[in-house]
Amino acid sequence: MPEHIVSKKVYYAICATLLLMTGATYWAATRDLGKFNIVVALAIATFKATLVVLFFMHARYSPRRTQLVIISGIVWLAILLALTLTDYLTRAWLPISG
Amino acid sequence: MHRTGELYGQFQNLDQQRETASLGMWVFLITEVMFFGGLFLTYTINRSLYPVAFAESSRELDVRLGAVNTAVLIVSSLTMALAVWASQTGKRKQLIAFLLATLALGSVFLAIKSVEYADKFHHHLIPGHNFHFPDSNITPVLARQEPNLNAHSQLFFSLYFGMTGLHALHMVVGVGLLLFLLRQALRGRYTPQYHSPVEICGLYWHFVDIVWIYLFPLLYLIDRHR
Repeated sequence: MPEHIVSKKVYYAICATLLLMTGATYWAATRDLGKFNIVVALAIATFKATLVVLFFMHARYSPRRTQLVIISGIVWLAILLALTLTDYLTRAWLPISG
Repeated sequence: MHRTGELYGQFQNLDQQRETASLGMWVFLITEVMFFGGLFLTYTINRSLYPVAFAESSRELDVRLGAVNTAVLIVSSLTMALAVWASQTGKRKQLIAFLLATLALGSVFLAIKSVEYADKFHHHLIPGHNFHFPDSNITPVLARQEPNLNAHSQLFFSLYFGMTGLHALHMVVGVGLLLFLLRQALRGRYTPQYHSPVEICGLYWHFVDIVWIYLFPLLYLIDRHR
């Protein structure tokens, strides 16, 4: 398919949003949200990363097969994190030594 | 040696050739995601094992410099995206200007990072023989909560230097790539028909930006409020 050229305005808008979100995550870190501090920080980081992938890295305008590669990469990362943490984070649940 | 913009034999047209180059870069970036993913996993496990030591160590970092560096890197991603735009639309002078801007911002990031590293050296926060968590910051409550603060704090700083160091190494490689792109752009090698090198170096640069987007909150921010 022919190359999609993203307009400069879109890039400026994405950059402004990313800077705004950096300010938001900085501000949120000064509030005591209990367990939700890490949730908010990671949610904002993931939102920012998604914007970068979709627009700066042109994933939104890429062929389906490129999008498939990106998504499968994220799925494998999720497997790496989820399966390892189901081990480490649950070890203290049962009083078994060793 | 192929001339630039030439269609290689295995492709049907230049669009297919360009898409294949980007796809190859994405496959490489996925291996990088798994590489950094292992480090983020190690960080998560150790932070859950030693929450107090990690929170106290995190507060030793300079959050203002970290935030400034985040902004610098985001703007450098903008100038890189604009460099790709300039190469797509055949604006050679703008391409050179945006590559130079990206190079300058990348260098500012590395300069600020070196200031931070030097500060950690001065404060004995380099893991190893001379590591010493500042006594003035250890309250009696903290000493009860985390008797092995000096040992477990070194885990945090090992991960801090390992992760930000590998990120900085990627930045240095990125600076090298930008210098290469600049040389080729000055020779007029990139045209609307052929600019895959600019596109895939752009993908790399944005990926390095994404790694920092996660490193900044995880290392500098999430234990600030305590």
